[in-house]
Amino acid sequence: MDKVMSNKGIIALYVLPALLVVLTIIYIPIALTAYYGLNKWNGIGQPSFIGLDNYTKLLGDAAFWGSAWHSLLLAVFSTLSLLLYLAVAMVLASKIRGANLFRKIYLIPMLLSSIAIAQLWLRMYHPTNGIVNTLLETLGFSDPPAWLSEPKLVLFALFVPILWQYAGFYILIYYAAIKNIPAQMEEAAKIDGASSLQIAWKIKLPLIMEVVKVTVVLAVVGSLKYFDLIYVMTDGGPFGSSEVMASYMYKIAFRTFDFGYGSAISFFLLIICLAATWVIRRFTATKDPIEYS
Amino acid sequence: MASKKRSILLAAMCLALLAAGCAKGENEGGTKGGSGDSGGKVTINFMHLWPEGVSAGQNKIVNQIINDYQNEHSNITIKQQVLDNEQYKNKLKVLSSSNELPDVGVTWAAGFLQPYVEGNLFMPLDELLGGELKDKFVAGTTEAYAIDGKTYALPLEFNIAPIYYNKAIFEKYDLKAPQTYEELKAVIKTLSENDIAPIALGNKDRWTGSLWYMYLADRIAGQQTLADAISGSGSFQDEGLVQAAREMQSLVDSNAFIKGFNGLSNEEGKAEFLNGKAAMYLMGTWELPNFTTNDDIPKEFRDNVGFFKFPTVEGGKGDINSWVGGPGVGLFVAQNSEVQQEAKAFVEYFVNKWGEQSVTGAGVIPATKVDTSSLGLPPLYIDLFTEMNKASSVTLFADVQMAASAAETHLNMIQALFEKAVTPEEFSEKHSQAVADSK
Repeated sequence: MDKVMSNKGIIALYVLPALLVVLTIIYIPIALTAYYGLNKWNGIGQPSFIGLDNYTKLLGDAAFWGSAWHSLLLAVFSTLSLLLYLAVAMVLASKIRGANLFRKIYLIPMLLSSIAIAQLWLRMYHPTNGIVNTLLETLGFSDPPAWLSEPKLVLFALFVPILWQYAGFYILIYYAAIKNIPAQMEEAAKIDGASSLQIAWKIKLPLIMEVVKVTVVLAVVGSLKYFDLIYVMTDGGPFGSSEVMASYMYKIAFRTFDFGYGSAISFFLLIICLAATWVIRRFTATKDPIEYS
Repeated sequence: MASKKRSILLAAMCLALLAAGCAKGENEGGTKGGSGDSGGKVTINFMHLWPEGVSAGQNKIVNQIINDYQNEHSNITIKQQVLDNEQYKNKLKVLSSSNELPDVGVTWAAGFLQPYVEGNLFMPLDELLGGELKDKFVAGTTEAYAIDGKTYALPLEFNIAPIYYNKAIFEKYDLKAPQTYEELKAVIKTLSENDIAPIALGNKDRWTGSLWYMYLADRIAGQQTLADAISGSGSFQDEGLVQAAREMQSLVDSNAFIKGFNGLSNEEGKAEFLNGKAAMYLMGTWELPNFTTNDDIPKEFRDNVGFFKFPTVEGGKGDINSWVGGPGVGLFVAQNSEVQQEAKAFVEYFVNKWGEQSVTGAGVIPATKVDTSSLGLPPLYIDLFTEMNKASSVTLFADVQMAASAAETHLNMIQALFEKAVTPEEFSEKHSQAVADSK
C-alpha cells in the first residue's frame, strides 16, 4: 500500500478526476464571472468589453449597499445565535433525560428543503389566516402587523426562519464536539469541586474552540451569500426592504438581463466572503491550541 | 451555511445540463440530415411551454394541430420540446447565446422580444400578415411584437383586464357595479365599513399593482399620455400621471386592498377573492376558466362572478372602453433555421388552427378574431368578447412594454407607492429617469 501511494503517477491518477471536476464546475466559472464583470452583456448578444465600469457603478449603487447592509445584519444575527446553539448543545450533551429526542427535534428543520420551509413560514406569516397573527389576536393584540409587507419588519421576520433552519446543523456540530471531550477531564474537574457552569466555561468551551471558530466562519460566509428563503418568501421586497446581496445579483442578471453587472456583483460578493473569512481567521488565531492532557 | 448541500445541487445541475446538452446534439443531427432539398423529409423543431401536466388543454390542442399538419404534409415531421414556463425562459436564453434556437418557438412581446431581435435571432414575419392571416388578428395585437416596423412574432393569446366582482357580496350590501370612480369609492367605503375586504390584491408580484396604477393613469391622464410616458416620448411627470399616483395612494388609504397585500403573491391575493373574503379583483381574462368552467372551484362561487370596466374618473381624459391588457405569448421563427420556409408555413397554419380551438379547448382567448355565436361559450366569455370588439384602445402592460431595467424600477416603485414610501412626485421622477436610462 505504501508503495502504491508513493508512486507519483498513481497519486495523480487519484487526484486528477476530482480536480478536473472542481476546476470545470467551480474555478473556471469563477474566472469567467470575473471576466464577464468587465463586459457589458445582456446574456444574448456578444459581450463588449468596458473595463472596470461595472465595478465603479457598483461602488456608487445605493441599492447594492442597502442589500449588503441587510446581508451584514444577517451575518451578525447568525453569529450571535451561535451562542444560543452552543448553550443548547451543552445542555443536550450533559446526560439529561430525553437528550436524544431533543437532538432529533432540533435537527429536523435541516432535513426540510428550503422551499418547503419557505411555504411553511409564508402560511404562518399570512396577515389574516396565519398562525402567528391568529395567536396574537387571541392574546388580545388587535391589528397585528402584516409581517412580510412592513418594510421595517420584513427583514427580521425573515431572519427567524433562516436561523431556525440552521439551528439543528450547528447544535449537531457542537454536540459532537462536546461528546468528543474525554470523560475523565469532566470527572477530574468534578472531583476538584468545579460547578457545571465552571466545567462548561473553563473546560468544554476552550476544548471545542477550534470547532467554534469554524462555525463562525460558516455562519458569516453562509449569511453573506444567503439567498433561498428570501428569494421565495419576499423576492427581496417590498421595494428592496429585504434584499440581500445574492438576491440583488440574481435580479440584476436574470430580471434586467444585465449579465455584465450581475457578474461584477457576484465576483465582488466572492471577494467579500474571502475577505470576511480571512479577517475572522486572523482575529481568532491562537498561537498554541489549548490542550489539557 | 449549507455549502455542502449547495455543491451537491450544483453538481446535479451540471449533470443535468450535460445530459440536456447531449440530447440537443442528437436533435440537431436529425435536423441537418433532414433539411435541404425541397421534396425530401423535413424536420421542424418546435419548442413550447405547455406541458401535459400543467396545461393539459393547450397541450392537447398543440398535439392535435401537429398531427393534422403532419397528415396534410407527409414530408414534414414536427419535433416538440416541452418545458414549463420558467425553465422555458432560461433554456431560450441559453440556446440563443449558443445560437441554437429551435426553428419555431414561443416568445413574449415587446421588452422580452427586444434583445432577441437586436441579437438578430428572430426573423421578420410580416409576409405572413399579408397572406391567409390577413385581417384575422384583433386590432393592436401584432403591434406588440413589432420592432422598428417589422413584426417578429405572431401572437396566440390576447387578454384584457376587467374588474371581477362577487355578485353575492354586492347584493348583500345593496351595491351596484360602479360606473364612475366616485361610485367605486363609495362601494369601497361601504364594504370596508362592513369588514369585508373590498379588493383582492397580491402585490408581491408587483405587476398586479401596476394594473391599478395604469388604469388610474389611463382614466385621469388619458391613454395617449400614458402610452407616450411608457415609450419615452412623453413624460411620467405629466400632471395627470402624478395625479394618478396621488389617487392611487388615497385609494390605499381608504383600505381598499386586503391586509398585507405587498407581502402576498398574486395567487394568495386571488385566493381571498375565490374564497369570498374579498369582493373585487382586477385581473386579466386568463382567469376566466376559474370563474366559468373550472370544476375545482365551487359552482355557487363561479355563478356569482360578474365583471365591470374600470370606472371613469370625473374630469379625466380617459375613455371607459380603453383597456389595459395585451397579447400573451406568440410564435417566432429562428433567423438561422435551415427550414425557414417550412417553419413559416407551419406558424401560419398553427396560428389559424389555434384561433379556432383555443377558447373551447383551453379557455385561452386567441389573438385572432373569434366567432362567438357558433361556440356555445359561458356568458362571461361572450360579454368580454363583446367588450373587446368595442375597445377604443388597449395599453400593453407597462412591465412588458418597458425595457427590462426600466420595468424593474417601475415594479419596485409600484410597491413603494402603495406602501407610501415615496411621494407621487418622487414616483414620477424615478420613472422618467428609468425610462430615459434604458434608451
